[in-house]
Amino acid sequence: MEITQLSHYQQAILLLAALIVLTSFLMLGQSRLLRLVFIFAVQGILLAVTTALAADVLDSPHLYISALLTLSLKGIFIPIMLQRLVISMGLHRDMETLKNPARVMMGGTGLVVFSYYVCLPIVKLSPLITLNTIAISMAVVLLGMLLMITRRQAVAHVVGFMSIENGLFFAAVVSTYGMPMVVELGIAFDVLVAAVLFGVFFFHIRSSIDSLDVDQLNRLNEVEK
Amino acid sequence: MIAAYLLLLVPVVGMLLLSWVNDSHKAGRINIRFNAVALFASLWLAVDVLLEGPILSPTQMLYIDSFNVYLIALTAFVGLTTSIFSGPYMAHEQELGKVGKHRLRLYYTMYQGFMLAMYLVLTTNNMGVMWVAMEGATLATVLLVSLYRTPESVEAAWKYFILCGVGIAQALFGTVLLYFAAEQVHGIQDNALLWTVLHDHASALNPGVMGIAFVFLLVGYGTKIGLVPLHNWLPDAHSEGPTPMSAILSGLLLNDALYAVVRCKMLVDGSLGNHQAGNLMMGFGLLSFLVAVLFLHRQTDIKRLFSYSSIEHMGLMTFAFGIGSPWATFAALFHMTTHSLTKSAIFVTVGYASQLAKSQRMEKIRGLIHTQPAIGWGLLIGTVAIAGFPPFGVFASEFLVLIATMHDYPWLTPLLLFGIGIAFAGLFRKIQPMVFGDIPKGQLPIHANMLPVMIHIGIVLLLGLSIPTFLGHWFNQATQLISGKLPL
Repeated sequence: MEITQLSHYQQAILLLAALIVLTSFLMLGQSRLLRLVFIFAVQGILLAVTTALAADVLDSPHLYISALLTLSLKGIFIPIMLQRLVISMGLHRDMETLKNPARVMMGGTGLVVFSYYVCLPIVKLSPLITLNTIAISMAVVLLGMLLMITRRQAVAHVVGFMSIENGLFFAAVVSTYGMPMVVELGIAFDVLVAAVLFGVFFFHIRSSIDSLDVDQLNRLNEVEK
Repeated sequence: MIAAYLLLLVPVVGMLLLSWVNDSHKAGRINIRFNAVALFASLWLAVDVLLEGPILSPTQMLYIDSFNVYLIALTAFVGLTTSIFSGPYMAHEQELGKVGKHRLRLYYTMYQGFMLAMYLVLTTNNMGVMWVAMEGATLATVLLVSLYRTPESVEAAWKYFILCGVGIAQALFGTVLLYFAAEQVHGIQDNALLWTVLHDHASALNPGVMGIAFVFLLVGYGTKIGLVPLHNWLPDAHSEGPTPMSAILSGLLLNDALYAVVRCKMLVDGSLGNHQAGNLMMGFGLLSFLVAVLFLHRQTDIKRLFSYSSIEHMGLMTFAFGIGSPWATFAALFHMTTHSLTKSAIFVTVGYASQLAKSQRMEKIRGLIHTQPAIGWGLLIGTVAIAGFPPFGVFASEFLVLIATMHDYPWLTPLLLFGIGIAFAGLFRKIQPMVFGDIPKGQLPIHANMLPVMIHIGIVLLLGLSIPTFLGHWFNQATQLISGKLPL
């Protein structure tokens, strides 16, 4: 199928999907925390735009509420909260040294290919666009995990975690036109509570190990020291 | 139906009320009352289902059949007995200066919050709401794991949060795929996430999508069950959190996560029509079982020891549900009950034992039976029960699992026997000196209420001797629901 045969809506969705996965890669390569949080906010806004676009084209008003929720939570509230925490804890000056950035990026590319491979059975029952979007959202989920694995900063872990949720939302919006309203509200509530709890935890972790480097959280071990 | 609404309403009111009560003694008593009312509601609901069959609420949001109703009653029962234990226990911890008044208020509020999440997981008919409630259970308990604010407990809570958060996110992806598959089917519109609707149309759901969805759902909810290799949070959270938390995490959360997986398996089986989902569950279950029994031997902390035992038993149940024959399903349902009762009783006893010895390290806990016979005997009998000795219920359920395995997969039986043997050796090697060893200097008896333990162990003993008719009826019906046939 040629890309020009797709409707404008589908082309726009594909573009947004590409941009979202691009932000995931940018996060993977970003060593400054404030920049990381900013890219995360951009990803949240892109997600909100996708949702709003879907709401407009598919004429399903409940997606507008979803878009608004995404924008306010993922695009504004959580990034601002993280930014404030980073500044108030004086972490914005540190730069995390990334080990093997090239290898991590290659790994990320591999994950994208893997996602397409896993989603192949789905292509049989729906058009090109669905394969692309489900594969992309799975890739965003996996890239979020990769981000969490490669970082030591607790803030980066939270960003990775939230970016996993972005990937899930993208899948829900594009492939199934959003989840039922009650579920969306529930998920949004959970994300909000999780974000607040993460903020609380930063302070707990800092008061217990005097930094936010989770590599130092190594007291609980199977092997006696 | 009123009973179901009451069941969900009670913890909500409990949460609101307890977030205002500053007096921790009073809060403990209020917590017990709310759990007692919830137990009453759950029994009412059980009688309703027993008399009238499955109940679907008018808005189709709640669905209660014989599979979840007995888990609801079990959840409410363990919730109540643990709350009876938790009042004096937490008061003692407060006297020791481990927690302050405000944190106890948080503790009691979140206790009810956790119960609400559990009831919601069990009663809801909507797979999306089930996910939301499961995540809610993590959020409610994560601050309780770090209640003591020691570096270890903060680390355990962070691990719990991140691992379960990421894990459960996979289950959301699975749920999205489930929804996606349902929307392809004609005749399903806006109610495409309702379990009853999905179950009715299971054969029409696309097998390719459902296969992928189940992998994600199993990994997601499996993290909560504590399946290896996603189990790392479990021993940490159990050992560093307050003991009543360990009792309800082990006795309730793990069961309810397994419940979610089995609900998903019922859909996937209907769609795929083969044994793929069962094979996955058998593999993960067996791996968890074997890894956990080996890790049992390495533990030095008593609560870690028993949390590995929980992983072992959850692995066994997952394995049995994976086999999927009526016998195996019956055995797994039975084992869910006996394990949950025994394990929460053990955690209660362990809580007292570690208060008595002022340490959770097993080398510091000695001579329990001489200092305080009730605790010593409680720990010994509890361990005998959980290790699968007759005449306790765990023996009966494990034996049934073995028979079912022998019937369908005879070559796996030696592995199970080997695992049970190793676990038995691991538990007794550690427990024997703790119960019978010499008393350390200055060890004094403490005030301990062993009533919850005695009730739990008594029921497990009774179940090992004979299953009451109404319970057998439930198990039979639930087995028929899940595996499609009656066990006998």
